[in-house]
Amino acid sequence: MLTATRVSGEVVPARAQMAATLGFHIILACLGIALPTIVLIAEFIGLRRPDQVAMVLARRWSQAMGVLVAVGAVTGTVLSFEMGLLWPGLMRKYGAVLGLPFGVEGLFFFLEAIFTAIYLYGWRRLGGWAHWWTGVPIALSGIFGAMSVIAVNAWMNQPGGFTVSHGRIVAVDPWQVFFNHAAIYEMPHMILAAYMVSGFTVAGVYAAGILRGRRDRYHYTGFALGFVPAAILTPFQIFVGDTAARAIAHDQPVKFASMEYVERTSSHVPEWLAGVYANGHIYAGLKIPDFDSLLVGFSPGTKVIGWDTVPAAERPPVVWLIHLCFDAMVGIGFLLLLAGLWALWGWWRHRALPRQRLFWLLGAVSGLAAIVAMEAGWVVTEVGRQPWVVYRLQTTTQAATTNGGVITSLSIVIVLYAVLGIATVLILRALARRWRRGGVPETGVPYGPQPEIPDAGGTRAGRART
Amino acid sequence: MIAAATVGGILLATVTLYGILGGADFGGGLWDLLAGGDRRGHAPRQLIDESITPVWEANHVWLVFALVIFWTAFPVAFASVMTAAALPLWLAVGGIVLRGAGFAFRKEVSGLGLQRAFGAVFAFSSLLTPFFMGTVIGAVAAGQIPADASHASLAAWTNPTSLLIGFLFVGACGYLAAVYLIGEAARRGNRRLQVYFTRRAQAAGAATGALSLATLLELHAPAPALQHNLTGRALPLVILAGLTGLTVLALLAAGRPRGIRVLAALGVAAVVWGWGVAQYPALLPGTAVTLSNAGAPHSTLVALVVLFAAVVVLIGPSFGLLFALHGRQLLQGGEGLTAPAGGRAGAGSPARPRRSSGQPGRASRVVAIGLIAAGAVARARARGGRNR
Repeated sequence: MLTATRVSGEVVPARAQMAATLGFHIILACLGIALPTIVLIAEFIGLRRPDQVAMVLARRWSQAMGVLVAVGAVTGTVLSFEMGLLWPGLMRKYGAVLGLPFGVEGLFFFLEAIFTAIYLYGWRRLGGWAHWWTGVPIALSGIFGAMSVIAVNAWMNQPGGFTVSHGRIVAVDPWQVFFNHAAIYEMPHMILAAYMVSGFTVAGVYAAGILRGRRDRYHYTGFALGFVPAAILTPFQIFVGDTAARAIAHDQPVKFASMEYVERTSSHVPEWLAGVYANGHIYAGLKIPDFDSLLVGFSPGTKVIGWDTVPAAERPPVVWLIHLCFDAMVGIGFLLLLAGLWALWGWWRHRALPRQRLFWLLGAVSGLAAIVAMEAGWVVTEVGRQPWVVYRLQTTTQAATTNGGVITSLSIVIVLYAVLGIATVLILRALARRWRRGGVPETGVPYGPQPEIPDAGGTRAGRART
Repeated sequence: MIAAATVGGILLATVTLYGILGGADFGGGLWDLLAGGDRRGHAPRQLIDESITPVWEANHVWLVFALVIFWTAFPVAFASVMTAAALPLWLAVGGIVLRGAGFAFRKEVSGLGLQRAFGAVFAFSSLLTPFFMGTVIGAVAAGQIPADASHASLAAWTNPTSLLIGFLFVGACGYLAAVYLIGEAARRGNRRLQVYFTRRAQAAGAATGALSLATLLELHAPAPALQHNLTGRALPLVILAGLTGLTVLALLAAGRPRGIRVLAALGVAAVVWGWGVAQYPALLPGTAVTLSNAGAPHSTLVALVVLFAAVVVLIGPSFGLLFALHGRQLLQGGEGLTAPAGGRAGAGSPARPRRSSGQPGRASRVVAIGLIAAGAVARARARGGRNR
């Protein structure tokens, strides 16, 4: 019925734009998935003990969450539009398949948005545990929503669950689409990543404060509430990541070969740490003999498939980028594991967090490091799948828009997102400054000196005071 | 066929909900834009801000959901719309980003200058976004989207029909927002703002009515079939839209705002459904693309119907809760604490505001019940379709 192949000249700017907008949104998505849980832990401790400091932290994080959720909601919408505006070829052909997990995600996005509103704005008038329980659906829908979106990405890596007849999709099995082969490892990997990003980012903020001499219970509590869950999850993440890599060696051997610099299929494949691949040579890399084979099959004799198994046109474009990103992700994972072990050791020996300045430096950069690792992981999986958008079924070029002018939208997006990102960070910093001053918070009074609108509704001493 | 028509109905229901809920949030931005200087505009801006704050993100999700249903159920038509109308869609996306960010940032910045700047971003993008969305719908209605577009077209959305529908969207958003805000002002017992938004609701209502009529007449040349059906099988809905509009204007003139929210929402819903009924079964008028021949495989459509049933069951009550809490003004705390408020201490004992006209969740409850009924019918029909 339709022309199967359309060649687009816009694939490079379209990919750049998708990378920029997704790379930006994914940070907010991580915070959207996992930050509510951390806030709920703080509120739980605040209510249970009761602990005033944890309670203040929970309320303040809620306010920051309000900003982050808004930016996350709109940048997520951009991605929804881009699915059609940048990748009409993908949607035309596979929209009926990959749309279903997106629909499930929509359901959870609804729950998340509704209960986030109730939770964020219900602090003052919904008391105690009732308020806490309104936060639980946010945490749960964050996890299930993430599973749904990751199901789509995993499906692009391991497409299945549909029947094609005469070039048209005639039947879809939603269950197989959702729980495709790659979903099993991609889902936990990303959800754990979201929790690590959120936890270490929170911890990083307070570690930076402690480094500046703000050594009070408020800062230590804030640090611990973020650091402890993230550090506990780190070893699990390393295990899941290792399993995922092994699965990719089997499911997408060319992606794996790019991650590990496997030029030709062989046994006794060495592991390269760092190193830049160019013109058939690896420069400045550290070679560990047999180790890649050992990691893939637990024996040095394991055969690992190289990228020589497919023609050059079916290999990813920048192998060195994939490899270095992969190494960065793994390296940061182990660094964060080290930070957790250090804290554990301190707790075991002294019942206190380590006093060394280096530990707090590590804590201060842990959030940024976790974000870098997560972004690097996305580069590995997305660039590593090229030239395919749907693995072995559709190339990215076939998926891209045939409209010109993507370079224009790309330029505008970069400027707009830069402003958006800077504004978000500055506003969060301004909030923190105001909190430190114990300051006079302005409860959303746009444009005006008047403290309160004329009010016949009843006594609102609490509100008028703030 | 039945499955495709059911999902088409679901898509239209989603668009309707986005229109009457999300549209009002854009309308709030429009009145913010027109509220005047810092001092004069303070009270209406505050009311708008309080009314939109807890609900706009949840309302916004209807748009995302509509997009997903569109691309899943009718992928080829979706790709064609997104290609042919790329420019207004990009502009609408930009508006969505700026509206949300401007609105959220304005609350958190201190200093009049910054609040003004973010407020202006919020307000201007609230005006532009519905306009560009309207031009896209106009392009579809006027038969300007080809069956399988490969290039963007300027003419598709800059023809008189598309532009008229763009303005119609802006007018309808302003109308809905003003009507809802009358209720918000009434609930706070604020007579001045009640009068303030009554005037604006009247003006916007009149303008929206005029634009609707103009659009109906204008359709004669570009989309005669649509016009024929609007005055034919969709006529009851067109009359319903007109009657609700006139009733709202009469009630406003009489100073009796009871029930106007439901009527206004119903009027806008009638316009949307009038369009849907008049266009049925064409998906892209002017082409051979219909709901049934553009539809995804049957299994996908059934899955979407099931999914929508789940949305109705889970999201309906959740929205009911949100709107009910918001209506009782229980969702205003949270930010800004001078003293740490542990546990219940912060809750205080707010006096329950009087239940006034334009009850909080009533409009939403009516919609929710309607949706549940529609979902049940849809499911029954889908089942019937499978048995056949």
